[in-house]
Amino acid sequence: MHIIENGNVAAALGVKLCRANVIAAYPITPQTPLTEKLSEYVESGEMKAEYIPVESEHSALAVCIAASSAGARSFTATSANGLLYMHEQVQWAAGARLPIVMCVVNRAVGAPWNVWNDQQDSISQRDTGWIQMYCSDHQQIIDSVIKAYWLAEKVSIPIMVCYDGYILSHTYMPFDAPDQEQVDAFLPPFKPDYALNTEKPANLNTVTLPDVRMDVRGELAHGYMEIRYLLQEEMRAALAVAAEAEKRFADIFGRGGDPYIEPYLCDDAEYIAVGLGSLTYQLRVCVDALRKEGLKVGVMGVRFYRPFPDVAIANALKGKKGVIVFEKALSYGYEGALVSDLKSALYEHLAGTGDLPMVQNFIAGIGGRDIRTEDLTQTLRAATKSRVAKEPVWIGLKL
Amino acid sequence: MGTRNYRRKTSHSDHGPGDGGRTGSWRVERPVLNTSLCIPCKRKTEACFMCWLFCPEVVISRTIPPAINLEYCKGCGICAEECPTKAITMVDEAAFSEEDKDKE
Amino acid sequence: MQAKTTILSLPKEEFVHPGTRACTGCGLAIAYRVGLKALGKDTILIVPPSCLTVLQGLFPIASTKLPCLNVTFASTAAAATGILAALKTQGKEHTTVAAWAGDGGTSDIGLQALSGAAERGDNFIYLCYDNEGYMNTGVQRSGTTPIGAITANTPFKGKLQQKKEVPAIMAAHNLSYVATCSAAYPLDLFDKIRKCIDMPGTKYFHIHIPCPPGWGYDPRYGIKIGRLAVETGYYDLYEIVNGEFKLTAASEKLVEKRKLIPVREYFRAQSRFKILTDAQIEDIQKQINTKWERYYKKED
Repeated sequence: MHIIENGNVAAALGVKLCRANVIAAYPITPQTPLTEKLSEYVESGEMKAEYIPVESEHSALAVCIAASSAGARSFTATSANGLLYMHEQVQWAAGARLPIVMCVVNRAVGAPWNVWNDQQDSISQRDTGWIQMYCSDHQQIIDSVIKAYWLAEKVSIPIMVCYDGYILSHTYMPFDAPDQEQVDAFLPPFKPDYALNTEKPANLNTVTLPDVRMDVRGELAHGYMEIRYLLQEEMRAALAVAAEAEKRFADIFGRGGDPYIEPYLCDDAEYIAVGLGSLTYQLRVCVDALRKEGLKVGVMGVRFYRPFPDVAIANALKGKKGVIVFEKALSYGYEGALVSDLKSALYEHLAGTGDLPMVQNFIAGIGGRDIRTEDLTQTLRAATKSRVAKEPVWIGLKL
Repeated sequence: MGTRNYRRKTSHSDHGPGDGGRTGSWRVERPVLNTSLCIPCKRKTEACFMCWLFCPEVVISRTIPPAINLEYCKGCGICAEECPTKAITMVDEAAFSEEDKDKE
Repeated sequence: MQAKTTILSLPKEEFVHPGTRACTGCGLAIAYRVGLKALGKDTILIVPPSCLTVLQGLFPIASTKLPCLNVTFASTAAAATGILAALKTQGKEHTTVAAWAGDGGTSDIGLQALSGAAERGDNFIYLCYDNEGYMNTGVQRSGTTPIGAITANTPFKGKLQQKKEVPAIMAAHNLSYVATCSAAYPLDLFDKIRKCIDMPGTKYFHIHIPCPPGWGYDPRYGIKIGRLAVETGYYDLYEIVNGEFKLTAASEKLVEKRKLIPVREYFRAQSRFKILTDAQIEDIQKQINTKWERYYKKED
């Protein structure tokens, strides 16, 4: 059914359709309308779930971690400092291999206080062992939530579904809200065999030694290092499972595409703009304008940031003259995290082939600074002419 | 042989004794029960069992006579201290022969 | 009123295996062992980092026979909420959820989550085992370390501040049940857990736990020292049932006896209080006497 709603409602609808059992959340702008909507679903009886209004984000994820450990499909959402306050729990959820889904409604982090959009919050959680998906529109938000539960439960790894605050969370757009029957066909009930159970008592997340150790049955059990290696190995393997999710989704819902990247006019392009989230749709407008000028440019959105789809990215960028990476976050002291990862993928797969494109990095929209399409277009145009600078260039900076 | 096929992905423990090893080896003094002073032994009926109640290690049985599991008893001496008839005394481990060390 | 449990009527089934990593003569091991008997088989436990994490065992071996979730330091009570929510969606509301946290994990880093869960009225039992310091990290001061106690980070002067009254903080949440207990009185702990297990909302236990390495005494005297804390009127056993305060067990008997053992005996039995001067002890004795005068008056 096609409806017109804001991005937060798209996310809430996705969570409802996935029949999440336990929802815990603490208010933070711009995430609040999402969790308010969920409390509405639960209180009205429209959704059968437990909604826990916790006293902090740290506790929000604690509730999800415990509920998931006890076999409940769990959901939370946050933004900015809320996510940072969760950081310990974010790491814990991944190490405990719990398939929690969390929406991150991207917002700048303090200090100073700023409620507007950038992506420093979720990017700063890159190395926590969570899968990260980025959405460019409302359809992707609701679809990603549904795919995320399937994928997370398949690989026992938690997933952040990230979308830009205000730009997506508070704007209204038409999208297709799938039928409950379709979602039920896509997503089986969550029944983990490890769940806390008084019939089969296990002690979860106990202190684990540096080395392997015999268990009570005389079988050799992992040390901490094996457990962490498995997280890395299964995270990498999750790329293939994500493709399976995309295919299953397309079969049932009739839409989908490349699971990892979202190319636009890339096939014949000489220069490709790359980004995460809604910015890539804005870049499409720039690309359309530059195409009219005869410039062969395209744009590629990265849908999965972790696990990093290095092969897909390298293949898509192979032989291009230039890659221009636009980011709403950066690793202070160097450059954007995405551009570093992207260069690493290109080096790994294309070094020495003569197909290695030149890479440039632009930082935009930090703390909600308006990203003017004409500025983006001008930047992209200039980047196709020559290398603008070695260091990342901040677009629209007024220093 | 590695842990590749281990049944858990992460730290999920199953319960069993002796996580800390044979903790009887921690013992410096050994509790020795004098059944002629022990209340349930004398009365030949269930009684007292203070040693069982207060044992932090779950190594004293609620039986007549109470049996002390020396494989795990750490020798804290709480049983000796709490016994109302002083039926348990703590004896230096050096007084016991090697083969006697871990036996009940 | 329920009949008082005796040693002979205490359930025989054990939920803790022997051979744990707990220190010799650990007071927690006694309270935990008897507490689990009271909670019973249909229980899910939650434990934040603390001495109990060590007692419970290192992967892949657990010392506890009940299902248990180990959680981050600050999240104990929130985790209880999460398990309860999951159990509710599964129709397993009969299962008891019990959190066991240390005094640092309760009075300091875990207080926010505990207050949140208590305010929400989440139906679980929270047991703070109070060995009066961060014993698992090597005896540092916590919010509940008493005044005058030497710890690893109050090395010369001892702690200069008062013990935080966590049961009073929890009572301010209008809980159905708040109780103080001691490892030296395990049957009292057993009865109190059984008494409140079906009461609504959050139930809070504060359990005084003698700790040989942290307090500085020969392990064999652990129970004696725990008793001394109560019989000197220094640590009181009570319960607050729906707002009604009542001294219980050995503390209740002290009101009848109207005779307290001098607190000096408690202090002098432990090396952690060795810097307390006679004048300081006298001062604390006066505070104890004043407190007990109030109890006596209440009784009269």
